[in-house]
Amino acid sequence: MKVLKLKNLVKVYNDSEIQVKAVDGVDLEFEKGEFAAIVGPSGSGKTTLLNLIGGLDSATSGEILIEGTDISSLSSSRLIDFRLRNIGFVFQAYNLIPVLTARENVEFIMELQGRPRDDRRRRALELLSAVGLEERADSRPSKMSGGQQQRVAVARALASKPKFVLADEPTANLDSTSTATLLDIMEKLNKEENITFIFSTHDQRVVNKARRVITIEDGHVVSDIRK
Amino acid sequence: MILSVSWRNIWRSRTRSLVIMAAIAIGVFAGVYTIAFMLGWVNQRIDAVIRTEMSHIQLHHNKYLETQEVHDYIPGAVAMAVEISEKTGVKAVSSRILTTCMIATAETGSGVMLTGVDPEKERKVTNINELIVDGTYFAEDKANQIILGEKLAQKLKAGVRSRVVVTLTEMDGTLTGGAFRVAGIYRSANSAYDEMKAFVREPDLRRLIGLEEGAAHEIAVLMNENGTEGAFADGLATSYPGKSVMTWTQLLPEMALMNESMNLMMYIFIIIILLALGFGIVNTMLMVILERVKELGMLMAVGMTRLRVFSMIVLETVLLCLTGGIAGIVLALVLTALTARSGLDLSFWSEGLNALGFDAVFYPEIGFSQVLVVAFLVALTGVISAIYPARKAIKLKPAEALRIDM
Repeated sequence: MKVLKLKNLVKVYNDSEIQVKAVDGVDLEFEKGEFAAIVGPSGSGKTTLLNLIGGLDSATSGEILIEGTDISSLSSSRLIDFRLRNIGFVFQAYNLIPVLTARENVEFIMELQGRPRDDRRRRALELLSAVGLEERADSRPSKMSGGQQQRVAVARALASKPKFVLADEPTANLDSTSTATLLDIMEKLNKEENITFIFSTHDQRVVNKARRVITIEDGHVVSDIRK
Repeated sequence: MILSVSWRNIWRSRTRSLVIMAAIAIGVFAGVYTIAFMLGWVNQRIDAVIRTEMSHIQLHHNKYLETQEVHDYIPGAVAMAVEISEKTGVKAVSSRILTTCMIATAETGSGVMLTGVDPEKERKVTNINELIVDGTYFAEDKANQIILGEKLAQKLKAGVRSRVVVTLTEMDGTLTGGAFRVAGIYRSANSAYDEMKAFVREPDLRRLIGLEEGAAHEIAVLMNENGTEGAFADGLATSYPGKSVMTWTQLLPEMALMNESMNLMMYIFIIIILLALGFGIVNTMLMVILERVKELGMLMAVGMTRLRVFSMIVLETVLLCLTGGIAGIVLALVLTALTARSGLDLSFWSEGLNALGFDAVFYPEIGFSQVLVVAFLVALTGVISAIYPARKAIKLKPAEALRIDM
C-alpha cells in the first residue's frame, strides 16, 4: 500500500534574483512500513524535500499525495490539521517543550487532536515504555540526555498515530551509543508496528540501518537503492 | 494543558518575569491605593457636607435661595418639620431661622450667616455639637448664647465667654442689634464654613428679627440612608407645592459633579498607569517570542493551529499581568485596611486642606466593584499587550523557524 507519492516535485527559491532549484523534479513512492533514508551532501535538498513532504513548505510545482490526498491543494489551516493527524516529526534538535515533562510532551500532541485525557495518558506511557523511558515519564527535558530527549521526540511523533514519521537528521546531535539505541528503537517500532520512517541524514550508521537509501544531489534523485 | 504550558512558560525566565510582575504590582498598587485614597477623601467630604453643612434635603421659601431676605420665610415651618420627621426614611428634621448679619467684638467685625436653631433638634441633624473644640454646645440654659466657628473666633479675637454684638435687619427692614456671649467654638473640616456660620438659639433670633411664631427660613432633613434623598425630595415637592425642595447635590452641584466624576477620574488614572506598563509588557513578550522562535516553529509544524499559538501567548501575557496585578491589588487592600482603621494623617497640610473643605486625616476606602474593574483592566492590558507579540509569533513560518540557530 502506497503511503506517500511524490510526482515531479519542484521547489525553486528566488533569492536576490538568483533562482535556486532546491528540489528538481523528484518522483518517489513510499510503501507502508518502509525504513528509508534520504542522503546527500549539504545543500543537496534533503531538508527541503522533507519540509515539502511534511507540508512545512509549499512546492513550486508537482504533487505530494499522502494516501491519495494532494497536500498542496489544502488550505493553510486544513494543512495544519492534516499534519497533526497524519505526519509525525522528529527534529535534529529534539525540540521538546522544555516546561513539560516527557509524558506531557507526548500527551501534548494528543491534546491538540482532542483525545480524552485517560486515553492520551495511557498512550503516552505506552509510547514512553516503547522507547525505554517509562521511568523518566515525569522528568523534564533539561534533566535528560540528548539521546533520551530524542527518544521522547520519537514517542511524541508516534503519539498522533501518523501515516509516517519524518526525521530530519535525528542522530546529528547524538553520541554513538545514543544513536545506536535510538536506531534500534525506531527499527523495532518500524518492524513491530509497521510504522513508516523517512530520514534525512548524513550519518552512515543510519544509512546502514535503513532498508532503502535514496541519494539526492542538486535536488535530483541520483540513486534509490532497496536493500 | 495550554493553560498549564502558559503558566509554566512564565517561570522559564524567572528573573525577567518577576521584574515585570513587580513593575505591574507597583503600578497597580499605586493606582488602587490612590483610588482608595481619593474615594475616602471624597466620601469624607460628602459626609461632612451632609452631616455638618447641608443635611440631605433643604426646604426654603421658593424665593429665599435667590434673595436671602428674612421676609422670604416659610410660615408654619416648625409644624412642617414635625410632619416631615414622621415620614419613613427620615432620621431627623430641624427648622432654622437664617439671617445675614454683622458680628463684632471690641476689636473687629465680620459678616456672617447667623442660624437660629433648636439645639435638641439640630444635634440630630448636624454634628456641630460634636465639633466643639472649646466651651459647650448650648449647655447652659441661658439666653443670647452664640456658637462660633474657630476661624471666625480667631478673626474676631473672641474666646469662650467673650461678648459679641450682632447687627441685623428686622422683618420690617429696620436695623437692630443684640449682644451674645460665646458659649462654644467649633471646628469643622471646612474653614470657609467655620468663618461664615454662627449659631444661636432659635427663640433669641426670632425675637431679635421679629419673625412670627412657628415660621422659619429653612427646614433641613437628614435621611436614614444616603441615596434615598432624591426620591424623597420629589415626594416633598409634591406634598409642599410652592416651596423650594432641594437635595444637597442640587444645592452644591460642584460636589455632586466631583462625586460623579470621581469614578471616571479614577479609571482614567489607572488606565494611564496600565498604558505605561503595557509598553513594558509588550517589550517583555517580544523578547519571549524571539527566544522561542524554534519552539514556536516546532509547535506549528506538529499541528498547533495559529489560533492556539495566539491564545497561548495571550494567555501567558494575561497570567503574567494578573499575577503582578493581583499582588498589587492585595498590597493596596492591605494598606487600605490598615490606614482605614488608623486614618492617614496629613495634618502638615491641614491648613490648605481645611481651606478646601477637607479633613486633614484621611480614611481610604474602596469597594469590591472598583477592585473588580481594576482586575479586569489589568487582564485587558494583558490581552492588548499580547496582540502584537502574538501576531509576530503566528507569522513565523515553521520551516524557517526550525532552521534558526538559537
